[in-house]
Amino acid sequence: MIESTYQSTHAVHDEVVLAGDHWVHEIKAGQTFRIEDLEGNQAADTLFYNAHDPEERYSASDTIRVQRALYLSTGTKLISNRGRTMLTITADTCGRHDTLGGACSRESNVMRYAFDREPMHACRDIFIRGIQCWCHDMNKRDLACNINFFMNVPVTPEGGLSFADGVSGPGRYVEMKAEMDVMCLISNCPQLNNPCNAYNPTPVRVLLWE
Amino acid sequence: MSLDSPIFQLELEGAGMWSRVIGRNKTLRLTDLEGGANVGMMLYHATERHERYNMPDTLKGQHIFYLRAPYCLHSDMGRLMASITKDTVGWHDTVCGASDAESVLQQFGENNYQKSRNEFYRNARECFLIELCKWGLGERDWIPNLNWFSKVVADEEGKLSYVAGNSKAGDLVELRFEMDTLVVLNTCQHPFDPAMTYQPKRVRLEVFANDPPMDGDASLMVRPENARAYQNTKDFYLLSE
Repeated sequence: MIESTYQSTHAVHDEVVLAGDHWVHEIKAGQTFRIEDLEGNQAADTLFYNAHDPEERYSASDTIRVQRALYLSTGTKLISNRGRTMLTITADTCGRHDTLGGACSRESNVMRYAFDREPMHACRDIFIRGIQCWCHDMNKRDLACNINFFMNVPVTPEGGLSFADGVSGPGRYVEMKAEMDVMCLISNCPQLNNPCNAYNPTPVRVLLWE
Repeated sequence: MSLDSPIFQLELEGAGMWSRVIGRNKTLRLTDLEGGANVGMMLYHATERHERYNMPDTLKGQHIFYLRAPYCLHSDMGRLMASITKDTVGWHDTVCGASDAESVLQQFGENNYQKSRNEFYRNARECFLIELCKWGLGERDWIPNLNWFSKVVADEEGKLSYVAGNSKAGDLVELRFEMDTLVVLNTCQHPFDPAMTYQPKRVRLEVFANDPPMDGDASLMVRPENARAYQNTKDFYLLSE
C-alpha cells in the first residue's frame, strides 16, 4: 500500500463518473491520474490508447508477460500491444487490481448467467459508446481486454479462478503517471449479477494533476 | 467417431507460422514431436472477424486459469469457437502472451537473416502480425493468445512461474471447432521458456472431419456456461445458413 502526496484541491480535473456511464479523457505524458472507489467494491473497467495512434493500446498479456505477475499494484507498468510502457502505477491503497477478468457484455451475461439477462446494461456496450464519442473510425474491433481497477480475481496455484469479494473499500484509490499521451476510456461497471459489488454498482471519482 | 484418417496434415518447423480457416465439424490435432513445444494461437470467426477468441470470457466463464480437456474456447460474442476434446498434456497457458523482438534479443542475442539465412531468430509477435495481415487483420485485432503445451502457475501474490517439462514428445491436444474459425498460429517458444539457447520445437498439425457433438458431450456438460454458449453458436448458424 503506497499513499499519494497529491491533494484533490490541486487537481486540474475532478469528476464523478456514475455507475453505468462511460468517461473518455486524454491524459498527457507526465500527468498523474487517480481513480477513487467512492463507496467501495466498485469495478472501474478501463482501457488506454495512445492518444495519437489508437492502434497502440493497453495489452493485458503484454502487461502480464513483462511483469511476470497477474495483479496490478504500485510499481506495475501498464504495457501496450507494442511492448511500450503507457502508464506506471505510483500509488495504491487498494492492494491489487485485476487484468484477467475482462468486461461484462450482454453476450457474456447470457453465457455466464442466463438467456434472460441479455437486455441488461453492460460494460462492452458502454465502451462502444465511449469510443464512438472519441473517434468515429473506431469500433468493437478496438476493444482490447481491459483492466478492472478495484476488482479481485484470485488465481490459486492449482489453477482455480474466481470473482471474490472485493478487497477495496470506500475512499480507496489507485494512481498512475502517464509515460505517453494516452486516451483513457472507463466503463463504470453496471453489473447486477455478480456478488463482488454486492449487486450495487456505485460511482467512482477521477482526478488529474499536472 | 474415430479420428484416424486426417483430411490434411502438415509438419511445422520450430518458429514456423500458419493460418487457415478450419470449418465447424472439423478437429485440429496438434502433436508435440520433440517435447517442450509451444504453439501460440489466435482465433477469429471466419466470416465475422471482429468476433475473436476471448481470454477473460473463456477463463471466467469456466472458473479456470488454464485450459485442458474437456474445457472450451469462448468468443467475445457469447459463443463457443472450439472444444478441447482430447488432451494428453493437461495444462495450457492463455495469459502470458507472445515473445517479441526485444525479449528474443535479450534472451538469445542477435541472429539475423543476413547471417543465418532461415535459421535466424524469429519472435511470436512478428509471426502473428505477418499471418494476421494476410487476412486483413493487424494490431487492432491483437488479443491475448493461447500457448498450447506450455504451463505457467501463479503463487498467492500472483507471481508467475514457468513449469518446464510440461509436454513430452508425442503429447497431443485436439480442438473440435464449433464455428468456422480463422486459426492463426506459430511455433515460437513461450515467452517464459528459460532455455539458454534458441530452440523452438517442431509440431505436427492434422485436421479430421468429426460428427457434431452428441447429447451429454463432456465439453458442453462440464459447465452450464458452455451449453449456453454452444446454443448461441447453433442459433448463429440456424439464422445465417
